[in-house]
Formats: sequence, structure tokens, C-alpha cells
Amino acid sequence: MNLSFSPEDLKFQEEVRTFLEKNYPADVKRKMDNGIPLEREDHLKWQKVLSKKGWFAINWPEEHGGTGWSITQKHIFQNELAAFNTPNIVPFGVSMCGPVIYTFGTEEQKERFLPAIRDNDVWWCQGYSEPGSGSDLASLKTKAEKKGDKYIVNGTKTWTTMAQHADWIFCLVRTDSSGIKQEGISFLLIDMKSPGVEVKPIITIDGSHEVNMVYLDNVEVPAENLIGEEGAGWSIAKFLLAHERTGIGGIPHLKREIKRLREIADELPLNDGFLKDDNLFMDKLNKLEIDLLSAEFTELRTLAAMSAGGHPGPESSILKIGGTDLQQALSELFVEALGYYAHPFMSESDLASNEKRIGPDFAATVMPHYLNFRKVSIYGGSNEVQRNVIAKAVLGL
Amino acid sequence: MDFALSEEQKQVQELITQFIAKDYPFDVREKLVKSEDGFSKEYWKTFGEFGLLAMPFPEGDGGFNGGPVDLMVILEAFGTGLIVEPYIPNIVLAGNLISKLGSDDQKKEILPKLFSGELQMSFAFTEPQSRFDVNDVTTSAKLEGDNYIIDGYKAVVMNGPASDKFIVSCRTSGSQLDEDGISLLIVDKDSKGLSSRDYSNVDGSKASEVTLENVSVPKSNLIGEEGKAFKTISQVIDLATLAISAEAVGIMQKMNELTLEYTKTREQFGQTLSKFQALQHRMVDTFMVHEQTKSLLLMAAAKMNDNAPDSSKAVSALKFQIGSAAKLIGEESIQLHGGMGVTEEMSIGHYFKRLTTIRTIFGNSDYHLKRYSSL
Repeated sequence: MNLSFSPEDLKFQEEVRTFLEKNYPADVKRKMDNGIPLEREDHLKWQKVLSKKGWFAINWPEEHGGTGWSITQKHIFQNELAAFNTPNIVPFGVSMCGPVIYTFGTEEQKERFLPAIRDNDVWWCQGYSEPGSGSDLASLKTKAEKKGDKYIVNGTKTWTTMAQHADWIFCLVRTDSSGIKQEGISFLLIDMKSPGVEVKPIITIDGSHEVNMVYLDNVEVPAENLIGEEGAGWSIAKFLLAHERTGIGGIPHLKREIKRLREIADELPLNDGFLKDDNLFMDKLNKLEIDLLSAEFTELRTLAAMSAGGHPGPESSILKIGGTDLQQALSELFVEALGYYAHPFMSESDLASNEKRIGPDFAATVMPHYLNFRKVSIYGGSNEVQRNVIAKAVLGL
Repeated sequence: MDFALSEEQKQVQELITQFIAKDYPFDVREKLVKSEDGFSKEYWKTFGEFGLLAMPFPEGDGGFNGGPVDLMVILEAFGTGLIVEPYIPNIVLAGNLISKLGSDDQKKEILPKLFSGELQMSFAFTEPQSRFDVNDVTTSAKLEGDNYIIDGYKAVVMNGPASDKFIVSCRTSGSQLDEDGISLLIVDKDSKGLSSRDYSNVDGSKASEVTLENVSVPKSNLIGEEGKAFKTISQVIDLATLAISAEAVGIMQKMNELTLEYTKTREQFGQTLSKFQALQHRMVDTFMVHEQTKSLLLMAAAKMNDNAPDSSKAVSALKFQIGSAAKLIGEESIQLHGGMGVTEEMSIGHYFKRLTTIRTIFGNSDYHLKRYSSL
């Protein structure tokens, strides 16, 4: 057992740092550092920087443009991205649809879709949830009927993150209703420009437009856009969910945020001293930091075990629960740090304007973040569903 | 980065697991705990033959060059079988103090006997008021001619009853809480002026209240330099904290297994307990907490192995986590066993008792959270 970085690892870390210092776009950085919401183009600008360097699809097989990095290198890379406060990578193409296509797609589909994901030429979104199906994903009703060499798709998808920016959507659709609900689900790729696709915003309690309804009304989809066999959608969905859950804990990001909260506590006035003098607050912060350490090393252990044995399994559910608990706890601690100044509300357009912020500079995004992050224990399969997964698959209950 | 154990470490793990399965079932342990000694001196010598007692010492001291990770492997495996033989007082505490600070003569006299299992020792460092602060020492030692004269009182000394010799932390200068002025002296149990009140702890281990009145020991019994022992004591207590945390992680693993097994067989309302979702989710939580705690154990062991500058901080993070994880897993295991969980008859309660005492030994969660914050 050896958990320290080798000289090669340290050299790699230096290489990543140097690259980020030189290439992280200044305008995107300014927005990130000031809590200004990002536009579609900001995300793409940043992600293309990584694509150009060959550092975007880091987990993919090397033949499709992956890096072939060790777990340690990936760990270092993710930590550096977070330390530089870079935007989260939009995961739908690179972490979800991509792995599905290189695992289940035909050669033709791989050639057609993978390069555009790797190079950030196409923005993907995820058509899984439906108004009637929350964590009970298999109950989905969106119907795809085969007519000649086309599928005719009808139904409604919901909670579709950033659908307003997307070029393509990967969907779970029902191609057969005769058997049990898990059977008869298929995995279909749909061009968002197809006639009959309509996107309507859902505004969440933080006031942001992140998620959407996607209506599919007699949308014609070429049959060649089906991934895998008809009816294989459920096993593809499970594969994808396990992939989705692994990175969902957002640990490198949490490490940076906890460091930031420490800095805030050092400087934020409280009575005749600073927030850091409040022992009860600092106890909570220190406890969170210890929980984060254990989550980080649990993730590393899981990744190490996975690198020996292939794809993520039910372990990813453990990481999802642990990581999201921490995300919520830390978002709450930021709110506590602010006292009353957590309350003034600034809209996304207020934030983007040059108007002076109310209270401390960092305050405006704190409560929205807390509110927004109630989602993390709900999405990707609620944490209760994750417990069911672990109970069944790990504990054999 | 590599989390895998070496082949040798896996062999040690396997050796202990087999020993527990074959020679140390729960009913045997119960008999040992209730015996006069409270553990098996015969098994202790067996551990010596296995090489476990000499494992974490440099080759120059007659050891096998094992490090903190090896220690972790041994104690985690011991935890699964609730081994009551006093490894931590003898080997981790007394053995390491001698190995790190002792003179060649002291090492020659003591270590071979310690490694073979002939000699029993313990480290008398706690006092009624000191709790977890090893710098809080009022027991005094004064040099008079060629002898130190010791006066004081040591509380809940682990393995006191079986010990042939104590290592006693004494104040040779300074005031009660000073880090400077703490010295270590080897004191034979049968020294004139030493009296001990021996008893059992709730977890089956044995301990003593040790009173020292005008106890005279030769100057040559001083371990290391006079007044300079604090730093080494802290290092050794850190190592012992890692060791006992490993034991706790082994216990947690076993308690989760026992509980899972029990709920799969026990029927209520026409189905096994394991079918109730309310219980399933609680077992998932205890399962996850064990995994998360084990992650911190591995992290702390690796840092100590590397002599990392933040290894004390890592140990405090670990022991903080042990405290809260032990409470959750311990109490949930009893609850899920229902009434049977509170009977002497089942092993689960005995695992619970040991896990509960470990929450306190070498510092509870509050102590280590404070220490973590200050480091």
C-alpha cells in the first residue's frame, strides 16, 4: 500500500497547473470567480480548450481519444481543475452518451457521434425522467413506434438539464408495452432540431433556469439512431446510471469550497473578531472536512478496485450518497456563515450586471446554491433508491 | 497510488483469520476472559511464534521491519475475532517506547522476552485528571544518588494485572502540564512501594490502579533522556491510536456481518427482518460508515508509513471518525438484534462493549476534533 504521489505524478501535476495558468480563458474565470451565471458559449469555450489539448474525454478508451491516464493522474487532474475554479464539465455527452456509444454502438455510430462529443462540437442532453416517473425510471411512457426505417416518438421528458442549449438528446423510449416494464425500453438518439421537439423551461426554487420539459410530438427519428438492440435500453440505462453516479459526488469541487469557506471564516467580521472565532461553527467545518477526507479516499479506493475490474457497479451508489450528503451539508454551512446576508435575492440578470452586490461579495450565490442543491439527493436516482440498490446488490437483501 | 496489501500482509491477515476460525471461537474467548489471567498466555506465545509480536520493529531490534500498515493489518484482523490478548499495551506501547528510546542494554534485556511472549508489560501514563492529555503528569520522580524515587498514581493502566514491568511516565521537572520535564522509568511490578488494584473492564480486558509511594528504581531504568520523553510518547500514542482504530474497523466489519446474518434468519410478522425496507436502509448506512471509516484508516496508516508531516492530523481525523462510527454501528447492531442484542449469550453485545470502550481509549471524538483543529 502506498498512497503518495510518485515523482512522475508530481511532474504531471505541474504540467496540468502550467497548462491551466496559461489556457483557462480569463473571461470565463472572471464569471466563475464572481458567481456570474455562464452562457452556453462560456461552457463550450472552456471545454474546447480541454478538447484541443486532448484532455476532455479523459476516461474514454484511448482509441476514441481518451488519455490512458492512471487513476492517480485522473485524480490529480480533477483536483487541479477544481482548484482553479473551472466550470464543471457538462457531463451528458462526454460522461454519459459517449460511454454508451463506444460500449453499445455500431462502428458507424461510433464514427458519427464520438468525435463531435470529444471535440465539443455537439451539446447533448439526457431524456430519461418523465412527469410520471421519478426514481421509478422503468415506468417511462414515451413511445417510439417503428414505421419503415423510422421511429415515431411521442411523449414528454422532464428535468432535462440544459436542454435549452442542447443539439441532441439521448432518450429512453418504450418500443414494446407487452412485457414487464423493464423490457421494451430502447435507447434512441434524437436531433433536437427535428420537427415536433419543443423545450419549455422549469424555473427552480433558486430562481434559475437549469432544467426543462421536453415535448416530443410525432418526432420522426431515423432507425439508425437506435443504440443497441430494440429492448436493450434498460441495461444500457443501468450502465449509464452507474457512470453518472461515480462522478456525481463532486469531491474535488468540495475540497476547493471548504478551503474557500475557511478563508471566508478568517475574514468575515463577527462581533469584535471574525467568524473563525466561533468554535461551534468551526467544529462543523472541521467535521465536514474529515467527512470529505473519508469520502475522497472511499472514492479513490473504489476507483482503484474498478480499474482492476472494469465498469462501476453498485459501489457508485455509495459514492453518490456520501458525496451528495456532503454537498448539501457544505451548502448549508455557507448559508450559516452569512447570517442575514444569506437572504437578499439577486436574479441571474442582477448577478450578470455590474451593479454592486448586497453584503459580502460572495453572498449572492450562497442561498441559491443551497436551494438548488436540494436536487442532488433527488437526481441520478434518489438517495433512497441508491440505498435500495446497495441493499439488494451489495448486502444481498 | 496503490491500496493493495502486499503478499506478506495478506498472509498475516490469512494466518490470523484462520487462527480465529480454528482456535478462537466466541465460546473459547468467553472462557479466556473469565479465567484468572483474563487471556491466554499460551496463545500469546503462539503469537510470538507467528512473529506477530516482533512484527512492527526494526530488524536491528530483532523485529521484522513492519510499519504502521502491518500493524493495521494485524489489529484489524484481531478485531474481527475480538482477540483479548494485550497486544497494544505490550507491543505497540511498551515495545515501541523501548525500541525508540531505550539503551542497547534495555533493548537486549527486554525486547527478546517481549517478542517471545515471556514478558508482560504495560505503559502507565494516565492519571485520574489527565484524561487524554499525555503531557498532564503529576507523578513525580526525583533523582537521589543513583536512584529515582517515584511518587504518584496511575489510573486504568491497561494490562496492569498481568504486567511484570511497567513503563511509568513521571515528571522530573516543570509543572503539571509542561511538555518538557516528562521522563520514562521502568518499574518492576514487585517493587517496594508499588501497589496495584487489579480489575476487569467491561470489554473483558484487564486494568489496574497503580499507586507508587517512595518507589526506588536505579537510574539505569530511565528510558532515553531525562525530561525529554514527551515527543516520543506522542508518536507512540499516535501509533497506538492507529492500531486501536484498526481493531475498531475490524469489529465494525464483524458487527455488520453478524447483524446482516441475523436479520436474514429472524422472522417477524411473517417475513425475515431483512425484508423490511426501514431496516434495510439502516444496514446500508452502517455498511457505508464502515467503508468510509476504513478509508480514513488506510489514509492514516499510509501517512504514518510515509512519516508524512500531517500524519498526526490524519490520526486525529481517523479517531474522530472512529468515535462516531462506533456509536452508530454499535448501537444500530444492538437495536437490529432486538432483545437478543442485550443478552450476554450472543457475541454481538461483546463486540459492542469492546467497540464502546475503544471510543474513549487514546481520546474520544471531541478530543480528537479539537486536536485536529489545532494541528
